[in-house]
Amino acid sequence: MAEKNIVQTIHDTLWEEMKEDDRVLVMGEDVGARGGVFRATADFLDEFGEKRVIDTPLAESSIVGLAIGMALHGLRPVAEIQFADFIHPAFDQLVSEAARLRYRSNGDFEVPMVVRAPYGGGVHGALYHSQSIEAFYGHVPGLKVVVPSTPYDVKGMLRAAIRDPDPVLFLEHKKTYRLIKAEVPDEPFEVPIGKASVKREGDDLTCVAYGLMLHHCLEVAGKLADEEGVSVEVVDVRTIAPLDKETILESVRKTGKAMVVYEDNRTYGAGAEIVATIAEEAMFDLDGPLVRVAGPDIPAMPFSGPLEHFYMPDVEKIHAAMQELARF
Amino acid sequence: VATRVKQSTDRHSRLGLTEDDLMAMYRTMVTARLCDEAQFRLNRQGKAPFVVPVSGHEGCQVGTAWPLIKGKDIFLPYYRDLAVCLVAGMTPKDIFLGVFAKAEDPSSGGRQMPAHWGSRRLGIISGSSPIATQMPHASGIAYAMKYLGQDAVVGSWFGDGATSEGDWHEALNFAGIHELPIVFVCENNLYAISVPLSKQMGIKDVSIRGEAYGFPGVTIDGNDVLACYETMREAVDRARSGGGPTLIECKTYRFFPHTSDDDDRTYRTREEVEEAKKKDPIPTFGAYLKRVGIVDDDKLETIREELKAETDKGVDEAWNASDPEPESALRHVFAEEA
Repeated sequence: MAEKNIVQTIHDTLWEEMKEDDRVLVMGEDVGARGGVFRATADFLDEFGEKRVIDTPLAESSIVGLAIGMALHGLRPVAEIQFADFIHPAFDQLVSEAARLRYRSNGDFEVPMVVRAPYGGGVHGALYHSQSIEAFYGHVPGLKVVVPSTPYDVKGMLRAAIRDPDPVLFLEHKKTYRLIKAEVPDEPFEVPIGKASVKREGDDLTCVAYGLMLHHCLEVAGKLADEEGVSVEVVDVRTIAPLDKETILESVRKTGKAMVVYEDNRTYGAGAEIVATIAEEAMFDLDGPLVRVAGPDIPAMPFSGPLEHFYMPDVEKIHAAMQELARF
Repeated sequence: VATRVKQSTDRHSRLGLTEDDLMAMYRTMVTARLCDEAQFRLNRQGKAPFVVPVSGHEGCQVGTAWPLIKGKDIFLPYYRDLAVCLVAGMTPKDIFLGVFAKAEDPSSGGRQMPAHWGSRRLGIISGSSPIATQMPHASGIAYAMKYLGQDAVVGSWFGDGATSEGDWHEALNFAGIHELPIVFVCENNLYAISVPLSKQMGIKDVSIRGEAYGFPGVTIDGNDVLACYETMREAVDRARSGGGPTLIECKTYRFFPHTSDDDDRTYRTREEVEEAKKKDPIPTFGAYLKRVGIVDDDKLETIREELKAETDKGVDEAWNASDPEPESALRHVFAEEA
């Protein structure tokens, strides 16, 4: 057991997986000599050599497309897209190819591939280093989209993703990389993809979140419990697609109130699907309105401090919404 | 049998091809043509909603697919590559199971449009409709072969239109950097649906781009099956022995519209099409076979009749096969529990 932050956990888990299985390799922009711009693959080149640590040309579509080919021929590639904002040229490879190869071949082919991408804002990343992209890909059957938010879940889900027979988009909130630290068991373990987790138990309302927002929600839930005796259950979605409806619904049926907090633009975001699911399947268990706290519907997050702050859902905004729903 | 040309002066002996090889190649080309004629007939009868023709491309497809080793090398055809798929091991029945979208269609179980080939058993990678998206897969597979120390080669086929896509560039660039065991084969029929080559690129020959990626590029007569075979075999040998990729451009022509839904009269004159048909790869090869004394006209006619009967049998069997179960549409989104 050692205390680790998120990016160190990613580094160490990748390292362990590479040690354990020769079929696993990492590829992407600057993953070699630089060890990744966030240092997720620091020292990999020295340890594993350039055949297994591929500094690719600066071309995202083929980073994913090449990984698909490698996966089709027996390897287990872990491709890194340097910032999730730059994944868009690979949309076709992810949506038309990776997500459909199994389906379109009637189960004849499979693509066991992981695409890692740092996403999310609050880091002065502006329009093109802050985006949340999960909704684009959560909409695509055939792709698994995961957002683990604690070091424990990161380790277990990265191992599960590499071993998964289907393509997994592995999203890492870049602000949590060095912000969030926790004890992580040394031995290997898997956290199943497709299972949400109750990170804090409570009775008065259910708060569903992931990524950086999960940590804000946990902080606010603790504060409300201490200061006002409000008992909030915090559900960590962990997997955007396929969504674990049962864990969410079970919690909502218990508390009777639900809110979703997500950093993406509000409209058509993952939170829209989550509240729609609750409205469809737990309407008569609700004692209050369904609440969404999300980013505004502007094209992207601006650079200026005040503008960025305006964009980001934060502890204050979440506190106000949670308090209001609790009092409803 | 007509006058025999001396073995030392014919083209095929020099290439190490036996008479049996030549006849097998010829039969594959004719089978592809017969499948094409049958699928258009079925389209006009309302039995095949959508078909993609191959006619005109049989020479370059059979010639370039032939040197690959089945069961070891990997084929990444594009939608016009019916004859590549026959070389890789598909049968006319397989082709028509796809045309009729039947449950046993080896490519997709009736999920994809016809001509979206795939079969893991035959080493044919499943393809989609977006153009050139298969090419990074081809380079990725070639990388995996090299990584795994396999003595194998990838064949990657595409049309002239594909060469404008970003994925095309990215795939060739990566293959050049890593000197991958792969051969890129452009079937240049001068049109991407209706857009002529002059509006697709500012050069006359796609092959000169090979140099930009650090490997050889060569343009050949795509209607000459033996020229295609010779060039491909050399490229495959080089790739297999660690010499890296080759870009081969086969100049050819498609005799039919782009698909059964296209009307090529809107962009090509009938005179141009008729002129191109004078270089039809099948009679051209037939003439060679007669010249070297392997066949005569009667034999060619007999072969055609035999193959027509086999093709028709494949059509009938495929027509009588079962449709997929509607509820099976929900399967194979993700891996299923064993």
